[in-house]
Amino acid sequence: MIRSNYILKLLEKDERLDGRKLDEYRPIVVEKKIIGKAEGSARVKLGKTDVIVGIKTEIETPFPDTPNEGVLKTNAEFAPIAHEEFLPGPPGEDATELARVVDRGIRESKCIELEKLCITEGEKVWGIYVDIHVINHDGNLIDASALGAMAALLNTKIPKYEDNKIIRNEFQMDLPVVHKPVTVTVGKVIDKFLLDADQEEEQVLDAWLSIATREDGVVCAMQKGGKSGLKQKDVDDMIVLAMKKSKELRKKL
Amino acid sequence: MAIIKGIELIKNGKRLDGRKPMELREMEMKVGVVPNANGSAMVRFGKTTAIAAVYGPRLALPKHLQSANKAIVQCRYNMAPFSVDERVRPGSSRREVEISKVVRLALEPVLFLENYPKTTIDIYIEIIEADGSTRVTSINAASLALADAGVPMKDLVVAVSGGKINGKLIIDLNGIEDNNSEADIPMAFIPGKKEITLLQMDGELKHEEIKEIMNNIFKAGEEIYKMQVKVLKDKYRVIV
Repeated sequence: MIRSNYILKLLEKDERLDGRKLDEYRPIVVEKKIIGKAEGSARVKLGKTDVIVGIKTEIETPFPDTPNEGVLKTNAEFAPIAHEEFLPGPPGEDATELARVVDRGIRESKCIELEKLCITEGEKVWGIYVDIHVINHDGNLIDASALGAMAALLNTKIPKYEDNKIIRNEFQMDLPVVHKPVTVTVGKVIDKFLLDADQEEEQVLDAWLSIATREDGVVCAMQKGGKSGLKQKDVDDMIVLAMKKSKELRKKL
Repeated sequence: MAIIKGIELIKNGKRLDGRKPMELREMEMKVGVVPNANGSAMVRFGKTTAIAAVYGPRLALPKHLQSANKAIVQCRYNMAPFSVDERVRPGSSRREVEISKVVRLALEPVLFLENYPKTTIDIYIEIIEADGSTRVTSINAASLALADAGVPMKDLVVAVSGGKINGKLIIDLNGIEDNNSEADIPMAFIPGKKEITLLQMDGELKHEEIKEIMNNIFKAGEEIYKMQVKVLKDKYRVIV
């Protein structure tokens, strides 16, 4: 409580606990191809927040209404190692939301050419599994996970498939990725906007808006969270800020 | 409701169900539809029907759920197995878990939670039939149910979806439009203050289009708000 009041007091003066500017991210470290067994992978650190994203590919049956398209599935696991409040068990509300927000950013941007992942129309397609594994939670899991997912997809390779068998260590092609969507979450507290809130800062946010944008300036997904409402002007300002910052994040891919 | 490649969703300015781009579906609202609940409501937009029931504020149990200085809100959005073409398997899907969360967050800002420490306000929503825009229909129903329960509120919450089909901006997406739209924005807001409490988007939109859709939603919301107020007043008029 005292700590929260202190954070708010600092924010009034446009200051943060760790000395960052309001629109400044913590140091962003993106490591690629870190899991040999995965078809694609990345590890993203935003300060002390640490997320690993691994991509696995499996043979799947396509959805009936998209018989010639590969299938994308995103899952997030809040591993109990990552935070004192993360418990073993099936994904809760926040992990489910995280997975779905990251999924929408990828899916709606149409960054993966899913029709190139068809093996036999209506029967067999490649399933792309994006698994987000939180190693340490210090806030802003959405941006870290979305960045990690995109970084991992960009180095994903599709294995060879012969005689109805996946040959795991031989590859036929790179995953066809044609866009680079990036998600920026803008927090609002009092009348200030801040980026890359750490876990303590997240506790004092009134509201937040995650905005996924493509390199051509198209917005492809949004999600509002937090306990308070937003004005339309806030939303406009948040979109402008997210678009500006996304350019910086995209360079890390 | 399926994805249909190349489907023409709007012809000569009319949508497949005959609506104009900015036209809401036929709406129906009722309060007090679940006698056992402290408050309840049914809201129907075209074929999408949601029933919401509110229980509480009541003691939050088990005890570890309690908050010492305010009420908690628990919300469950659930689709009836028969509500869509392909049967929905009972039990919460990931989609339902997420929607339950965002619906709760859409409603919490109008409640005086600090007035009811250690209690829970339980909001249960059942989608009886789904034809697009179920989360916004749920919010309209839950908002009425809270008012019907006599839970003090700063204002009602109004929700409606907006989107883009075949390059045209529209309001209140039905199922087939939802699945084949270029973009979809479900939004909820507090009418008095024009404060947005739910905002999601998926698809592809320019910033300008997002602004325009949000304006359309604010405008369409006025009509929904009027009807909400009317059904609430009508109920109590009968009693007096």
